[in-house]
Amino acid sequence: MEAAELTASPSDAATGLDATALRSQLAENAARLGLSTWDMGAACNRMASVQVDRGEPKQLKARQESEVTIRVWNGEGVVGITSTNDLSPDGLTAALTGARQASTYGNPECPPRFSPFATAPLNPLPQTRSEAVPIQAMLKQLLDVERQVLDTHPAITTVPYNGLIQSRSDHLYINSDGALRSQHATVASLYLFALGQESNRKPRSAGAVRIAHGIDALDVAGCIREAAERTISHLDYAPIETGTYTVCFSPDAFLDLLGAFGTMFNAQAVLDGVSLSNRNSLGESIASPLLSVFDDTRHPWNVGAMMFDGEGTPTSRLPLIERGHLTHFLHSESTARQFGDGAVATGHAAMGAKVSISPGWFDVQGERGDAALSLQQADGVVLIDSLSALHAGVKASQGSFSLPFDGWLLKDGERRSIEAATVAGDILSCLRRIVACEGKPERLPDGCSPHVWVEGLKVTGEG
Amino acid sequence: MIRLAQHPCPDRSGPPALDPDVKSRLEALIAAGDAAGADLVEVFLERSDRISVLSEQDRVTSVSPALGRGAGIRVFRGHRDGFVSTNDVSDTGLMAALDQALDMVGLTRTAQASAWHGLSPLQDYGHRKQSLLAACPPMERIVDRLLGATAAVSRHGQHLQARRCSYARAWQDVVVAASDGTFAHDLRLHQTLGLNVLVADGDHRATIGRRYGSADDPGFLDRWQENDAAASACESAGRMLYADFVKAGNYPVVLANRFGGVIFHEACGHLLETTQIERGTTPFANRIGEPIAHAAVTAVDEGLSPHNFGSMAMDDEGLPSRKTVLIENGILRCFLSDRAGEKRTGHPRTGSGRRESYAYAAASRMRNTFIAPGPHSVDQVMASVENGLYCKQMGGGSVGPTGQFNFSVEEAYLIENGALRWDKPVKGATLIGDAESVMPRISMCADDTQLAAGFCGSVSGSIYVTVGQPHIKVDTITVGGR
Repeated sequence: MEAAELTASPSDAATGLDATALRSQLAENAARLGLSTWDMGAACNRMASVQVDRGEPKQLKARQESEVTIRVWNGEGVVGITSTNDLSPDGLTAALTGARQASTYGNPECPPRFSPFATAPLNPLPQTRSEAVPIQAMLKQLLDVERQVLDTHPAITTVPYNGLIQSRSDHLYINSDGALRSQHATVASLYLFALGQESNRKPRSAGAVRIAHGIDALDVAGCIREAAERTISHLDYAPIETGTYTVCFSPDAFLDLLGAFGTMFNAQAVLDGVSLSNRNSLGESIASPLLSVFDDTRHPWNVGAMMFDGEGTPTSRLPLIERGHLTHFLHSESTARQFGDGAVATGHAAMGAKVSISPGWFDVQGERGDAALSLQQADGVVLIDSLSALHAGVKASQGSFSLPFDGWLLKDGERRSIEAATVAGDILSCLRRIVACEGKPERLPDGCSPHVWVEGLKVTGEG
Repeated sequence: MIRLAQHPCPDRSGPPALDPDVKSRLEALIAAGDAAGADLVEVFLERSDRISVLSEQDRVTSVSPALGRGAGIRVFRGHRDGFVSTNDVSDTGLMAALDQALDMVGLTRTAQASAWHGLSPLQDYGHRKQSLLAACPPMERIVDRLLGATAAVSRHGQHLQARRCSYARAWQDVVVAASDGTFAHDLRLHQTLGLNVLVADGDHRATIGRRYGSADDPGFLDRWQENDAAASACESAGRMLYADFVKAGNYPVVLANRFGGVIFHEACGHLLETTQIERGTTPFANRIGEPIAHAAVTAVDEGLSPHNFGSMAMDDEGLPSRKTVLIENGILRCFLSDRAGEKRTGHPRTGSGRRESYAYAAASRMRNTFIAPGPHSVDQVMASVENGLYCKQMGGGSVGPTGQFNFSVEEAYLIENGALRWDKPVKGATLIGDAESVMPRISMCADDTQLAAGFCGSVSGSIYVTVGQPHIKVDTITVGGR
C-alpha cells in the first residue's frame, strides 16, 4: 500500500480517509510487531475560511489535516497510546511502536477495553454533504455581509471578529475485533461580532453565530440582523447597582453555564472525585422540578451530530435531569464497568490512554412555572444575553461561578444595557432556584433551551 | 525508556525540517509563488514530538505521546494574505498548498521563470540544541517525579479529595523560509508541570493549582522542587477551604508578583499587539509617546531571558528574539508587531510573530511580559492600603473586543488597616475593568518582580508565555463577588 493512498490529499477535495486501506495497513503492521489487540480513531478535516475588514479581504485560510490515534494492549492487558498525523506506512508503524512503548507505563488498574457496542448496529444519521463553495465566492459573500452589518447603524464602524467557514470531515473508528465505523459531514458557520460606539461613550460589542451543513443553508440574514440588533441594543448603557436580582438567562447563556458544569454528569469525574456528583447521586433532586435536560447529540438540530464516539459506541438520547432529578451519568466503557451498577457506555467518550468523557448536545426542556414572569413585563430583572470568561470564572469542582456578562436591566419590559457586571452563584443553588422557563427552546450550536428564570443571584456592577 | 524520547523524528516520508535538500525544495516552492506575482511567500515547516503524562493520587493514569509534521504556507499580495496549512509535506502536497494560497489572493502559478534571488544562508538557531531532547529525563524519571509530587501532597495536605500532577514535553523542529531571503532553523524544547489539589470537607471545597514551565532546559524536571510545590499548594488549599465569599464592591487591591502579572498580560498586553490595531479594538492605537499608565509603570516584553517559558531564539517568522519596552514610566513606547502587522499598521517587526504550530499563521503575540520592579518594599505597598484585597494567586482571565477585562482570583485575603490578614481568606472574587481606566491606577510597584509560566490562547493558537510583575497596588478596581 502506498502512502498516497492513505493520506488525504489536499489537491483532491473528494479524497477522504480510506477506511479499508487503513485497517489492512494497521492490521499488517500490528501483526509484524506482535500486537493482537489494537484500535484506532482517525479524523480527516479540510477547512476553508475567510475574514474581512471594513470592505477589504483580511485573511483567507485553508487547512488540510489528518490525524490518527492508535491504542494497543500489551501482554498484561495494559493500554498504550500514540497520536500522529503521518498516515504513511512508516508513520503508522512509528505510532504503533510508540503506543506499545507507552503501554509499559500504562495504568494497570482498570485499563480501558473495547466498547462492547463498538460492533453493534448503528442507527444511521443522514450524512449531509454540501458542495464546497469556492473561496473567492465565500470572500465576496462575507464582504457583502459585513457591508450590511455596517449599514445598519452609524455607530457600528467595524465588525472586528468575523468569519465564514466551511469544512468537511471524515471520522473513523477501527479495532482488531472487526469494528469499522465511519462518518463524514460538512459544516459551515458564520460569525459576526460588531463593534459600535457613540460619541463620548465606551465601545460596545455583540455578535451572532449561525451554523449549517453548508454555506447555502446558513441563515445569513438572521445572523446579520441578530448581530446588529444586539450591538445596537448595548450602545445606550448604564451601570447597574450591585445587589441580588432575579435573573433571566438567555438560551445561549444557560447552555454555556450548564456546559461549564458538565462534570456533574460525567462518570469519570465522579470516579476522579472532581465532580459535584457522586456514585449515589442518581435519583437526587439537583434542580427545580421545572427543569429537564437531555444529552442528545443525534438531535435533528445538531449540525455536528455524531453517530458514534471515540470508542465506537453508538450515540443516543440520554436523560440527565428529569423534573429536577439526576437520572443518568455519561459513561465510557471503562466507567460503566467500574460503576458496576448496570450502567453502559453512552456514546460520549473520546479515545485516550485515560478515556475522557464530555457532553454532546444539550436539549433543555423547561416547564413554564411562574407565568407572571415574562420578558415583556419584567421589572427590575436582569436579562443575561451572554456569559464570558467561563474558563476562568467557573470552578466546576467547587460548584461556584463568578462570570462577566452582557445583558440588560428590564424595567417595565423595557431593556437598558448594563455597562459592565458579573453574576455570581453556586450552580446547584442556581438550578434549584429556577422559577420559570419561558418561550420555546431556541436552536443554538451547543444545544437548545428556553429562557430560564432564576431568582436570587448576586450581580456586581462596575464603578 | 520510551524510545520516542530519544528519537524525536523517526524516519518518515516527507522532508524532515532540515533535510540536506530542504533549501532547494523550498526555493523551488517560493520561486513558483514569486513568479506568480506574490509580494511575499513564506513557508513554515515543522516536525514535533510531544509527550504528556498524568499522575492521579498514587498512580500514573495517562501517558500520551504525539508525533506531528506539517507546513504552513502564506502568500501576501498588498495588504491581503492567504494561508494554507497541510500535513502532506510531499513536494506535490506543498505545491498544491501554494496553489491554494495563491488563489486566495487572486494569483495563479505560471510557467514563467522567477527572477527571485533565492534564500539567504541558513541562520541555524538550533545547531547547539541537538542534544537537548536526549538530555531530558527518561520516562522512569518522569514517572518518579510525578508520583513523588502527588505523594508529597499527601504528606502536606488535609481533607484531600484529588491530587494530580501533570507533565508535558514538546519538541519542535522548525524551518522558516521566505521570499525576502529569510532562511532559519530552530529546535525548541518546552516542558511544563502542573500540580492541582482539590480539598473538601462537607460542603466546603477548594481547588488550588500551580504551574511551572521552562524553555530549552533539559534539567527543568530534575531541578523542580516538588516538595516545596506540594507544601505551598496544600497551605493555600487549607486556607481557602473555609474561606468566606468576598463581598462585591470597589476596593484598593494588591496583586502578588509572579502570576499576578496575568492582569497586565490580559488587560494591556493584548491591546499592544498590532493585530488589535488592525481590528480597531485597541484604545492605544495612536498613542505612542503618550501616557497610558501611571508613571510608576514600566512594562517589557522580551524573548531573550534564558529558559523562561516564553523565550525563543527566533520567532515563528525567522526573526531573532529581542527585548521590547512597551511602556516606560507610564508612556507608551512600542507595539508588538509581526510581518502582517508591519505591512498593515507600519509598526516595525519586534520578533513577536508567533504561532502554536504549522496549522496557524503567525500573529503578533507576547513572549515574557512583565512589569519592571519599582522602588517599594512589599511591606510598604501593603501598608499603603487601609482596607482592601490581597490577590495572592490569580486564576485565568480574558479581554473582550471593547478592552473590557476580567480575571478570576484563586486565592485572596483581606487587608485591614494596612495589614495582610492571612486569617481572613476570601473566595469567589473576579476583577473587572478596562485597561484605559485601570492602568493609571497602578500607583505602586514593589521591588520583587518574578515571572510565572502560562499558556496564552489567541488568533494564532495556544503559545508558551510568561507573565510577571512585582507586588503592585491598584488604587481601586471592581471586585465581583457575593
